[in-house]
Amino acid sequence: MIAGIIDWLGDPAHWAGDDGIPHRLLEHLWYSGLSLLVAALIAVPVGLAIGHTGRGRFFVVNLAGAARAIPSLGLLFLMVLWLFPKLGGDAAFLVPNLIVLIVLAIPPIMAGAYAGVEGVDPAARDAAKGMGMTGMGVLRKVELPCALPLVFSGLRSAALQVVATATIGAIAGLGGLGRFLIDGLHVNDYSQMAGGALLIALLALVVDAAFALVQRYAVSPGLSGRFRTRPEPGDQPMDVEMSVGQHRVG
Amino acid sequence: MKLSKVVLTVATAALMTTAACGSGSGNSPLDTSSSSSSGSGGGSGGITVGSADFPESQLLAEIYAGALQAKGVQVNKKLNIGAREAYIPALQDGSIDLIPEYTGVLTQYFNKQAKATDSEGVYTELKASLPAKLEVLDKSAAEDKDAVVMTKKKADELGAKSIADLKGKSKDLVFGGPPEWKTRPTGLPGLKKLYGLEFKSFRALDAGGPLTVAALKNGQIDAGDLFTTDPNIAKNDFVVLEDPQHLFAAQNVVPLITKAKDTDTITTALNAVSAKLDTQTLAALLTEVVVDKKDASAVAKEFLTKNGLA
Repeated sequence: MIAGIIDWLGDPAHWAGDDGIPHRLLEHLWYSGLSLLVAALIAVPVGLAIGHTGRGRFFVVNLAGAARAIPSLGLLFLMVLWLFPKLGGDAAFLVPNLIVLIVLAIPPIMAGAYAGVEGVDPAARDAAKGMGMTGMGVLRKVELPCALPLVFSGLRSAALQVVATATIGAIAGLGGLGRFLIDGLHVNDYSQMAGGALLIALLALVVDAAFALVQRYAVSPGLSGRFRTRPEPGDQPMDVEMSVGQHRVG
Repeated sequence: MKLSKVVLTVATAALMTTAACGSGSGNSPLDTSSSSSSGSGGGSGGITVGSADFPESQLLAEIYAGALQAKGVQVNKKLNIGAREAYIPALQDGSIDLIPEYTGVLTQYFNKQAKATDSEGVYTELKASLPAKLEVLDKSAAEDKDAVVMTKKKADELGAKSIADLKGKSKDLVFGGPPEWKTRPTGLPGLKKLYGLEFKSFRALDAGGPLTVAALKNGQIDAGDLFTTDPNIAKNDFVVLEDPQHLFAAQNVVPLITKAKDTDTITTALNAVSAKLDTQTLAALLTEVVVDKKDASAVAKEFLTKNGLA
C-alpha cells in the first residue's frame, strides 16, 4: 500500500497535464481560497458587528450553530439539482460547490469574530471611549486588533474544513484534488485514492501553517508576544500594551 | 447515476441497519418466512422470481411473474434482492429460481475472458459459460447498455447518426461520463481505438445519472454516456448514436432460470414475453415506473394485457 502511494506520487505522468497533480492542486486552492474569501467577507463584518453591539447575538449565533449541522454532501446535491439548470458553462459546476464551502466556512469565522470582540477587556474599551473615540473608532483601533487572534483562529479552522471538504466537489463534476479520490474509487485504484488523500491532508497542513505565519505578523506584537522583551525602566507605553495583551491572551 | 447511487447507498445502509436489527424476525428478502406473496416457496411446484435492486429489473421481474401467473404457474416474488453477487448465489442455492438478466454482464460474471460484443455472439458465449444448474431462455431485443448520446440539435448540426460520424469533429466536443470512463476500455480509450475519436476534454460526471442528463441538456457537455433504456433520452429529445463497431457489448434482456424448475409452460410463456420486448418498449415502460411513479406490477400487467400475454 505505502509502496503503491509512493509509486503513484513518483510517476511523472501524474505531474503533468490537466489531470496532473499541480493543475488539480491549483484548482483545489482556487475553490478553497475563493469560498474562504467570500465567507470571510460575509462573516467577519457580521461577527464584528455582533460582538461590538451585542445585538442579534442570540439569533445569529443559533443560526450559525444550526448551519454547522448541514451535511455538506446533501447540500451539494441539493444545490446541484437546483442551480444546474439555471447556470451555464463551468459556473454550473463551480457555483453549487462554492455555496457549500461558503456555508461551511461562515460559522467558524463568525464565531471567531464575535467571540474575539466580545472578549476584549472592558477596561481597554472604556479607555478608548474616554479618549473620545467613536464607536467605529473603538471597533477599528481597539476591538479589532485585540480580537485578531480569535478572528484568525476562526479563519484557520474554516480553512481546514474548506480544504478538506472541497474534495466532495469532484462528485459533482468539479476538478480539484478530490478528483483523485473519486476517480480512484471508481476504478479501484487505491494507490491513487490514498495518494490524493495524502495530498489533501498535506495541503491542509500547509494552508494552516501559512495562516499561522500571517497571524504572527498581523497580530499586534503586544498581543502575540512575538517581540517579548523585558520592559526597560521608562518604557511605559510598551508595558501598558503588554499588560493589556496578557490579560487578553492569558 | 452517481447521485442516485449515493442516495441509494445511504438508503441501503439505513435498510441494512434495520435489517440487522430485525434479522431475527426475518426481514431479509431471501428469507422464505417473510414472503408476502401467496404460493409455496422454491421447494414445491411453484417458481420464485427474484430481481436486482433497480427499477428496471423489478419491472422485468413483474412482467415475468405476470406472464407465468397468466399460464397458471404458481409464482412467488422476492424482488429487490441486490447486486449480481447476491442473487446468483441465491439462484444456485434455490432461494430464487428465475431472474431477469442482461447477456453481456452475465457472461462477464461467469467468464472474464468473454470476447464477443454483438448480440448473437454474446448470447452464444453466455450459454457456454453458464454453470450446469442454470440456463437462459430466448433473449429479447431489448437492450440496456451504455450509449453515446447527444441532443438532437447537436447531432443534426454535426450530421451524426453513428459514433463513427464524429470522426474529425470530436476535437471540438466535450464528453461527459462517469469518472471510470477516462481509463476504462469501454470508455474513452475504446472510442479512440475503435473510432479514432479524441475529445477536447472529458468531464467526469455520473454513470448515466441526473448530472449527465442536466449537463447534456444545458450544453456543458456535447456528448455523454447514458443507458439505452433511460427515460430521459426520449423526454429530452436526445439521440443515441449507433455503435457499428460494437464498443459496448450487447446487453439483451434475458430470463435466467434454474434448469430443475423450468417446464415447457414456463419456457413458452417467457419466450413469448421476450419476443415482444424491445429497447423502446422497455424504455417506455420504465418511464411509467420511474417518471410517472406508477406501480411496477400495474405497468407490467398493462404491457402483458396489451400484448395478449395475460
